[in-house]
Formats: sequence, C-alpha cells, structure tokens
Amino acid sequence: MSLLPVFRWLGATALGVAINRSTYGFAIIEMVHLLGLSLLGGSVLIIDLCALGWIRLRQPAARIASDLTPLLLGSLAALVVSGILLVADGPLRYYANAAFRAKMLLLGVAVAFYFTLHRRALAGAPTARKAAAILALTLWFAVALAGRAIGLL
Amino acid sequence: MVAQWCQWLSSTPLSTSIRQSDWWFSIIESVHVLGVTLMVGTIAIVDLRLLGWLLKREPVSSVTRAILPWTWCGLVVMALSGALLFVSEAADAYRNTAFRIKSVLLVAAGLNALLFHRTILRSVSAWDRSPFTPVPARRAAALSLVLWSAIVVCGRAIAYFH
Repeated sequence: MSLLPVFRWLGATALGVAINRSTYGFAIIEMVHLLGLSLLGGSVLIIDLCALGWIRLRQPAARIASDLTPLLLGSLAALVVSGILLVADGPLRYYANAAFRAKMLLLGVAVAFYFTLHRRALAGAPTARKAAAILALTLWFAVALAGRAIGLL
Repeated sequence: MVAQWCQWLSSTPLSTSIRQSDWWFSIIESVHVLGVTLMVGTIAIVDLRLLGWLLKREPVSSVTRAILPWTWCGLVVMALSGALLFVSEAADAYRNTAFRIKSVLLVAAGLNALLFHRTILRSVSAWDRSPFTPVPARRAAALSLVLWSAIVVCGRAIAYFH
C-alpha cells in the first residue's frame, strides 16, 4: 500500500494550502522545529552521557531519564507536529525524497528503541547501559543527519 | 569601517572557496546546528533546573558542574563553525538585519550568563538543594531561555533576509 494518497490529502487540507500560500508560514514552523530539536537534543545528550558516565550527576541515569521524560516527550511532540506542518507545505517534495524516507525510518527505530529496550538497559548492567547509550546517540544523530540531507537532495 | 572589513573578509581566499564550493557551506552549517543543539540544549536543561521544572532532586551546583563543560564544548563548535559561515558571506551578513539582531542578542546572552555566574551563583550553597531557587536565579534562567530561543530564531532568519 502506498502512502501517496495520504501525502496528497495533507497538501490539499486547508492547513496545507494556507502554509503553502503564506510568505512566512514555512519559515516560522521551521524555527519551531529547530527549537524543538535543541530541547530534544539537550535531553537525549544529558540522559545518554549520564548513562556513559561522561556526565556525573548524583542520581543514576535511569532516574535522570525519567526526570527528563516530560521534556523529551514535549520536544518530540513539538518536532512531530511542526514536522507534519513542514511536509504539509509541499508533500510531494518529500514523498519521493530518499533522505526524508530514511529519516522517517530512522525516527521510528529511534523512538521505538528509546522507550523500550533503551529504557530497560538504563536500569541494567553497566555494559548494557553504555551500549544502549551509544546506540541511542548514533540513532538520533542519524535522524538529524538525514533531516539535514532532505534540503540538499 | 566594519563594512569595509567585512568587504575585505569576503574577498579572502577562505571566503571565496567556501562560497564557491557546492558542499562546504552546507557541511559547516550542519556542524553549526549540531553545536547549537549541544550548547542551547544543555543551557536549557540548566535553566529549567533553575526554574525548578526538572531535576529537582539534583543540587543546582551538581547540575552546573556536570553539564556546563558540555555547554562550553558546544560553544567552541558553534563559534568556530559560525566564524567560518560569517567569513564566507561577511559582506552580506553585515547588511543582514537578522544577523545584526542575532549579534546583539548573543552579547546580551553572554552578559546575562556572566552576571549570573559572578553574582547569583556565588551564593549557591545557601539554596543548592532547594527545588525553589531565589527569584534573581529564576529571572536569569527565564531571560536566558528567551534570549537563546530568539538567537536560534534569528539565526534561521538570516537565510530569509537575502
């Protein structure tokens, strides 16, 4: 099943048309996306650098992770909503873009990993904790890299 | 004076080679965004602790001691890549309104941080473990969040002012 009809529909919605017609709409949404990126990046870095022992706080990494979860989820929500709006500006530009497809795939893997295996590994043995942190940092970095590449392809 | 210096900077071999290459600007810009994420992301966490919104069980001094070295790393990456981006389009940047506003905001954010460290943070031992930090500390944290958000917004806006 192709997702093409969903992309076409998104571009044809009132919101998609409005963003596409507005002069500053895309730019403003892009700024929100960047601010969300800083907050998500900040929380992920603190959590995983704690897990690696490169940031030493009083509490264990698992506690720090649960403490930062609201910020992580909030910034992720801001990123997803602003991201959908960016796509709504011109869905067909993104549908066929290889970097966009790679980013969506990597994002799915990163989110799924972060809230399941990664969560469990943080409370586990040091080796598992560190391996999970390295894998998580690599995955999020790959998401960001693929995101940057969308505009270059 | 400054305009002439920017003009001269734009004519240097470093500037023209970044400008004429297909990839260098994009690569440096990507490094810049990563530096911004590292710096602004870590600053935001410290600010949110000062506002008492997260890491409440963690003493303020332990948060600043553990996290601020990473902020400095981010600053170095951001400043170096930012300097290269500036060199590559110095003459245009000089005339760019968003760039001018961003420069002023950067100085303001720097002064806010300097003032915070020189004054409010000196007395941290008195309120280190309290989830409720003194009003001046909260004010500095809120100002820092506003300034850095505006810096990110202006930074993105530079590209729209050409």
